[in-house]
Amino acid sequence: MAIVARNVTKHFGDFAALEDASIEVPSGSLTALLGPSGSGKSTLLRVIAGLETPETGTVELDGVDVSGQAARKRGVGFVFQHYAAFKHMTVRENVAFGLKVRKRPRAEIRKRVDELLELVQIAGWADNYPAQLSGGQRQRMALARALAVEPKVLLLDEPFGALDARVRKDLRAWLRRLHDEMHVTTIFVTHDQEEAMDIADQIVLMNHGRIEQVGEPRELYEEPANEFVMTFVGPVNRLGESFVRPHDLELRDEPNGQTTAGRVERIVHLGFEVRVELRLEDGRDVWAQVTRDEAEELELAPGGEVFVRPRRAKIFS
Amino acid sequence: MHRWGLRFLGLSYLLVVLAAPVGLVFWRTFEHGLGPAWDAVTTPAAKHALLLTLEIAAIAVPANTVFGVICALAIVRERFPGKGIVNALVDLPLALSPIVVGLAFLLLYGRNGWFGSWLAEHGVQVVFAFPGMVLVTIFVSLPFVVREVVPVLREIGTEQEQAAETLGASPFQTFRRVTLPAIRWAVAYGVVLTTARALGEFGAVSVISGHVVGKTETMTLHVEERFQAFDYTAAYAASVVLALVAIATLVLMSLFKPKEEVRR
Amino acid sequence: MTTRAAALPRSSAASSPGGGIAIGLATAYLSLIVILPLAALVWQSGKAGRGGFWDAITDPQAVAALKLTLFVSVAVCLVNAVMGTIVAWILVRDRFRGQGIVNAIIDLPFALPTIVAGLTLLALYGPNGPVGVNIAFSRAAVLLALLFVTLPFVIRTVQPVLLELDREMEEAATSLGAGPLTTFRYIVFPNLFPAILSGVALAFARAIGEFGSVVLISGNLPFETEVASVFIFGRIESGDPASAAAVSVLLLVITFALLLGIGALRRWTTRHDRA
Repeated sequence: MAIVARNVTKHFGDFAALEDASIEVPSGSLTALLGPSGSGKSTLLRVIAGLETPETGTVELDGVDVSGQAARKRGVGFVFQHYAAFKHMTVRENVAFGLKVRKRPRAEIRKRVDELLELVQIAGWADNYPAQLSGGQRQRMALARALAVEPKVLLLDEPFGALDARVRKDLRAWLRRLHDEMHVTTIFVTHDQEEAMDIADQIVLMNHGRIEQVGEPRELYEEPANEFVMTFVGPVNRLGESFVRPHDLELRDEPNGQTTAGRVERIVHLGFEVRVELRLEDGRDVWAQVTRDEAEELELAPGGEVFVRPRRAKIFS
Repeated sequence: MHRWGLRFLGLSYLLVVLAAPVGLVFWRTFEHGLGPAWDAVTTPAAKHALLLTLEIAAIAVPANTVFGVICALAIVRERFPGKGIVNALVDLPLALSPIVVGLAFLLLYGRNGWFGSWLAEHGVQVVFAFPGMVLVTIFVSLPFVVREVVPVLREIGTEQEQAAETLGASPFQTFRRVTLPAIRWAVAYGVVLTTARALGEFGAVSVISGHVVGKTETMTLHVEERFQAFDYTAAYAASVVLALVAIATLVLMSLFKPKEEVRR
Repeated sequence: MTTRAAALPRSSAASSPGGGIAIGLATAYLSLIVILPLAALVWQSGKAGRGGFWDAITDPQAVAALKLTLFVSVAVCLVNAVMGTIVAWILVRDRFRGQGIVNAIIDLPFALPTIVAGLTLLALYGPNGPVGVNIAFSRAAVLLALLFVTLPFVIRTVQPVLLELDREMEEAATSLGAGPLTTFRYIVFPNLFPAILSGVALAFARAIGEFGSVVLISGNLPFETEVASVFIFGRIESGDPASAAAVSVLLLVITFALLLGIGALRRWTTRHDRA
């Protein structure tokens, strides 16, 4: 089920949440809406879901214009950052809700709910209340609940935002595996570029209500369209007009005509990588990322002199 | 569509039950002009009733305020056996019929009551007199300061007080400079509710007062007395005075209302 | 591996000398003002012995008064449960001119003396009322008076819950295909129900003992429009405090039984919070 949003504009009072935003999501893909707070990514997701009505713009699901349709007719599954669990219902009742609303026969509901609880691995908690589950379990329940009605599209609004770091990593890998099995067109919103880069087929990077760039994670990293994209998607050194990734800064112990001299200020060992903070001779502060072996070979030490050359730099007009 | 329906339903209910009756009393009072209404409300009996009502409140409200703060502190900060009972007792006045309250005090301090004979010997008249009226008014207006202060005390926790202690403050200083300022709006709100209740008490004082016109009649009893005497103008006029006090109470309530309820 | 200091034993005594004084003062005040009078009441109710007590509470007039009181109080609670929720709804979910004023006047029955409330109702819906409706001296009058005085209770307990309600639950229900009525029935209402019960409990306790607002408009006709509090008042005036005390105690017992029942029901409906 392909999704197309065209020229969507949405204001909240004076605040422009979305300005003429358009995206295309291929059927069966896992797309990330990435961006800082206030970039409009959640708003765009909710517009697609039908939970918000834009001032201008259209939303098409599989070629059909659903702009006038209420959320409940669109066949989208929605997962909220804070789970939106029906706290007065058991886990089973939560997952069964969509089916109950559609008046499916009781036996069918029971079977499907059991299947889903198995799928998301909370089968043992079926008769408990959400308050008794951990955050990660609640979110899995929310996912099961959304999947129960076989949505054509799955929309997740910062689904792992309320969870701690370890659970977040586990769940996003799990989401990717689930997607590979089920192939439901999925869009998820996140402000965490690592998360997006990790599991998305396609990233839509947004800022101030506009789309900055759309592409595969690698594209955004290696061919950023502008300064914002490059800075957001990975670490960056600014050298005048150029932007250089820390791992694209080559360190040498001798000049070779293309290098700039610099002094090592600080060395931080982060496991396999070594982060070298430098002050260049013209006073600028940069940091380079080298491997442990490289650092040893160059015999880097604080106060030592080193020569720096950018392997690749980007300049934006 | 159903938004308008609900709005209509809700607002018309409020109009029929609440707004229209109250509005009419204002109308009726001034139907014959400001003069008769003013005269009715400045008769000696009316003036005495007002004074008496204020005197009773002037004792009941401070007593319940002081008690309220102390009791709230005890409930929130201390552990002691019977705390649940104390909680229940504080809430009790809200569940009792005012007639039953009056009766209970009558039985305690009346001529044949537990304390009655002892009091009679010492020439102290409690029932059918000022002291009895004060006591029942204290009873019915007891819970409000406690109930308003308890949740606030609970919410602010003891951290600020502990900080003050580490900085060298004595318990009294801590109370005066840290605790009291933190609860002052809750206390103010509680005082407003207590005063409104004290000024408006009817059933309990009716039982205990003996209805002696000009001596043991409060404003509310005066309203009833004038009504029974078919002096409707006076009854309405006195009611308007009380209604104005009630409206002033509403205004103060809106001002002091705890934040959580005002959030939009 | 750090070791934790052994926890200090928790005593059940006051945390400080000031605390002890506070407990003492509070208890003394409560004893004097609340416990003693009620003890006198209970004692007096038993003074005429078991037989006397029984006779007092089975007196036909007493029974009629109690029945009427209970019946009307329950009816009032039901009306409040519905209308109170509706009013709370339009105050929280709707937006209209004068909403602030409407919100403020809800508390009027708290602030207005009961006798004045009765007078105002009589003025509008009594024999000289401008709209031609006269329900004075009828059971409808009792109902109306009790509706007036219990108006704020359910509204004020439901309002904060409605404000706090997680809108995302409703959005989730919508995204799963539920219409507005279904969402209200399965999502909103179950979460409002405990608050409605709390309000109903308060309204019931108030209604069952109400005196001032009823005494003018109902006419206090024995067996017809006489409520329990008026009956008790009558017994006091005719110099029969023992009967008055007996019926009072019965009224108290009924009130507490119902409050306990509502409390238990409320706890059951919020069991998901404590699981």
